[in-house]
Amino acid sequence: MEKLTNKDFSSDQEVRWCPGCGDYAILRAMQKSLPLLNRKKEDFIFISGIGCSSRFPYYMDTYGFHSIHGRAPAFATGMKLANPNLSIWQITGDGDALAIGGNHFIHALRRNIDINILLFNNEIYGLTKGQFSPTSKKGIKTKSNPHGTTDEPFSPSDLSLGAKSSFFARVVDTNPKLMQKIFVEAEAHKGTSLIEIMQNCVIFNDKTFSSITGKDVKKDAQLTLEHGKPILYGATMNKGIILNKFKLETVIIGENGITIDDILVHDAYEQDSTLHAMLARMRPPEFPAALGVIRSVKRSTFDNDMNSQIDHEKKNAKFNNVNELLFSGDTWNV
Amino acid sequence: MQSKIMNNPKVVDLEKVVIKFAGDSGDGMQLTGTQFTDTSALLGNDLATFPDYPAEIRAPQGTVAGVSGFQIHIGSIDINTPGDIADVLVAMNPAALKANKNFIKKGGSIIINIDSFNQRDFEKAGYKQSPLEDNSFEGYNLIEAPITKLTRETLKDSKLDGKSIGRAKNMFALGIVYWMFNRPMQQTESFLKTKFKKSPDLVEANIKVMHAGYNFADTIEALSSSYTVLSAKLPKGTYRNVMGNQAMSWGFLAAAENAKKELFLGSYPITPASDILHELAKHKNLGVKTFQAEDEIAGVCSAIGASFCGSLAITTTSGPGLALKGEGIGLAIMTELPLVVVDVQRGGPSTGLPTKTEQSDLMQALYGRNGESPAVVLASSTPANCFDWAYQASKITLEHNTPVILLSDGYLGNGAEPWKIKSTNDMPKINPNVAREGDDYLPYARDKKILSRKIAIPGTKGLEHRLGGLEKEDITGNVSYDPENHEKMCKIRSEKINRLSNIIPEQKIYGNESGNLLVIGWGGTFGSLYSAVDTLLKDENSVGLCHFNYINPLPRNTKEILSKFNRIVVCELNAGQFANYLRMNFQGFVFEQYNKLQGFPFTSIELESHFKLLLSK
Repeated sequence: MEKLTNKDFSSDQEVRWCPGCGDYAILRAMQKSLPLLNRKKEDFIFISGIGCSSRFPYYMDTYGFHSIHGRAPAFATGMKLANPNLSIWQITGDGDALAIGGNHFIHALRRNIDINILLFNNEIYGLTKGQFSPTSKKGIKTKSNPHGTTDEPFSPSDLSLGAKSSFFARVVDTNPKLMQKIFVEAEAHKGTSLIEIMQNCVIFNDKTFSSITGKDVKKDAQLTLEHGKPILYGATMNKGIILNKFKLETVIIGENGITIDDILVHDAYEQDSTLHAMLARMRPPEFPAALGVIRSVKRSTFDNDMNSQIDHEKKNAKFNNVNELLFSGDTWNV
Repeated sequence: MQSKIMNNPKVVDLEKVVIKFAGDSGDGMQLTGTQFTDTSALLGNDLATFPDYPAEIRAPQGTVAGVSGFQIHIGSIDINTPGDIADVLVAMNPAALKANKNFIKKGGSIIINIDSFNQRDFEKAGYKQSPLEDNSFEGYNLIEAPITKLTRETLKDSKLDGKSIGRAKNMFALGIVYWMFNRPMQQTESFLKTKFKKSPDLVEANIKVMHAGYNFADTIEALSSSYTVLSAKLPKGTYRNVMGNQAMSWGFLAAAENAKKELFLGSYPITPASDILHELAKHKNLGVKTFQAEDEIAGVCSAIGASFCGSLAITTTSGPGLALKGEGIGLAIMTELPLVVVDVQRGGPSTGLPTKTEQSDLMQALYGRNGESPAVVLASSTPANCFDWAYQASKITLEHNTPVILLSDGYLGNGAEPWKIKSTNDMPKINPNVAREGDDYLPYARDKKILSRKIAIPGTKGLEHRLGGLEKEDITGNVSYDPENHEKMCKIRSEKINRLSNIIPEQKIYGNESGNLLVIGWGGTFGSLYSAVDTLLKDENSVGLCHFNYINPLPRNTKEILSKFNRIVVCELNAGQFANYLRMNFQGFVFEQYNKLQGFPFTSIELESHFKLLLSK
């Protein structure tokens, strides 16, 4: 197979996001990741709905489809069922996936169709110019709620784990290396791989994630999970997470008799999602926010199950072509 | 009943007969009717059926609202409608009698389950006292059969529980009607053996009860004669009985096979379209992929996704679902991808009359989307020709890369008739308009004649491109906000559909090619319009029938036809949508209207008398 580089995946279209938008870093990370996947260029599809992030497919030199608001998972499902050989990447935002497209989002996860979903979560509506989204922090003042929102936000992790998500990862837009690593793992995972990207909107919701991504705080505010490794964080990796009476706690190794052996070891492959949900819920200032692959479990995929049924039916076929069906059963001759 | 006595004084030969089975919605009347239909079809009768059932699965027992009916018209002559009124009514309870009392021919036979004619059931049906005791059914051949009691008696040694025994009573009624019309019972016997394969007790019980009904009819004196309906003189060929939704499904299977495409259906269950999903879901062995989506929107969107990836993709729905799919269809129009949207119309607006028929989605199909978004609109017109129109819709969408909306309706979808089976080898070829590897590909470059762009399917090397709902630049397909380009593209999308009229056949007229009265119809009303016009033609009236299947674009000779008649009447099961469409397209003509919005098809009698009135003025 010919060797591809990031340039092979850059289209000739001018990128039109606002200067300083977090989307640029995600686009670059994606263009660098695809050559690592060892797949043919013509086998990728980028599919999106509506929103700032949904312009993404225009900038990728692959097959692409900029569809309608909220419905990208449904298009992606049809694509994957029609041709299971394709690598399908859905690009969506918090409004597209969790408001207008909430229904399709949960059903894609439930079915576990083998696609990858990049959820650009900036906790705001960008393209429609600044209204609150289903992930906006309660009380924020926006044009559509100048006195502060009264909406309780969704937690993307709780929502998707509740919908039986088999793969959930999280990353911040300021960490391109981790993004690449997660994109590669997402593609390898069979089933719906959901990646929440905490993405900064410089215009309408600047610094909404600054308590996690701020340069001054990030060492203590971020924790990158790795399967099979103890859950450690901090500038010198001397802090960790333990489970105490069904609750997570932060500890410092060497204090209060805590040793490395007391620290929780991350098991992304555990079918029970309880601990994954607890880890994903952690937020500063009490906890660092969990990044990396939080959950990656084996579960049969919708596309594979459908194709197995079809193969089985073909092997046990009563009819091998349409004429045999048309002329079958109760017929008579005139 | 047109009849002549044959040599055997006990058997009367009929040209045609209308039978209606009516009972509670749990009484199994649909199954009874279908069995009688299949048996008659195998005997070579021409036929048409009309199932009519409530929206509730088990509507309040014994009430008029809960009556489920199945009407069948069989004949040794050409049959085009399920019949206006019944020669024979089977009424399993007082409500069934009440619901149908105006639809029985004077002097016809009424078989009632006398066991259900008690004070409690009279009250449920809204009768103060027994309708049999006043004179309202004088002059009818009333056959009082103790169906419930005799069914129990027949099965007194059966191992079945009381509920299952009670359920078998429809087979008793079927047995009576089989005797009346000299039908063999083997077809139903083998049906029961397959249906209840896992429960031999049920098979035995149902067969036993059917025979008991047959023998009962043979014994009682109430039936002075039985009847036969000889086989119809149909063109040579192999026939089968089909329902509209089934024929529609098979048309898509045939089209996919001939186009060498995989068939993909994205759909959400909705009455009366669900049977297309059910039928196609059975045929995974033919490679069909059916996806029961989370909603109507996901149904159409998944189909567009599959279409982009090379399938023959369809979505099926009814009126409310078409409303939800509007934005998706607009995207398919903008991206110029193949897509067939089937709307099996029902009564509206809103939830309306889910189980009743209507033609009121025409304007929605033509215009129910944002922006200038023209789609090809076709309509099937008989249960059997749903096969041809599904095939034709697929051919147009794959060759022209533009969405097609195919209108059927509840009457066609659930109705049945004999179909001279068409071999896939005899259907026209389908040549999908697809770009190949190595082509110098520009997504929005188009064929000069038909104005269709080529589609490039993901997985094809070197043809990577992006589609979407934003306006496309002519030729390149890049996003464009250029004002001149937008106007140009709107015109191209519209002209692409207009040019189809050069390809589709000219509109035909049945009857006189010119004269006093032109009767116009479209879609599912063909049978009743044809029957009415046929009768008028036999009396040498100056009348022609122009029945449309191509709605957008209209056939190129439409105006010429209109100009050859003194008077034009447009008949449809809505408030005049096609009439208005014709007014918009053909100014200078007077389009009179004949409309009905009752959830039922036209009767031939009402059409005939209205046409006579128009002809006399």
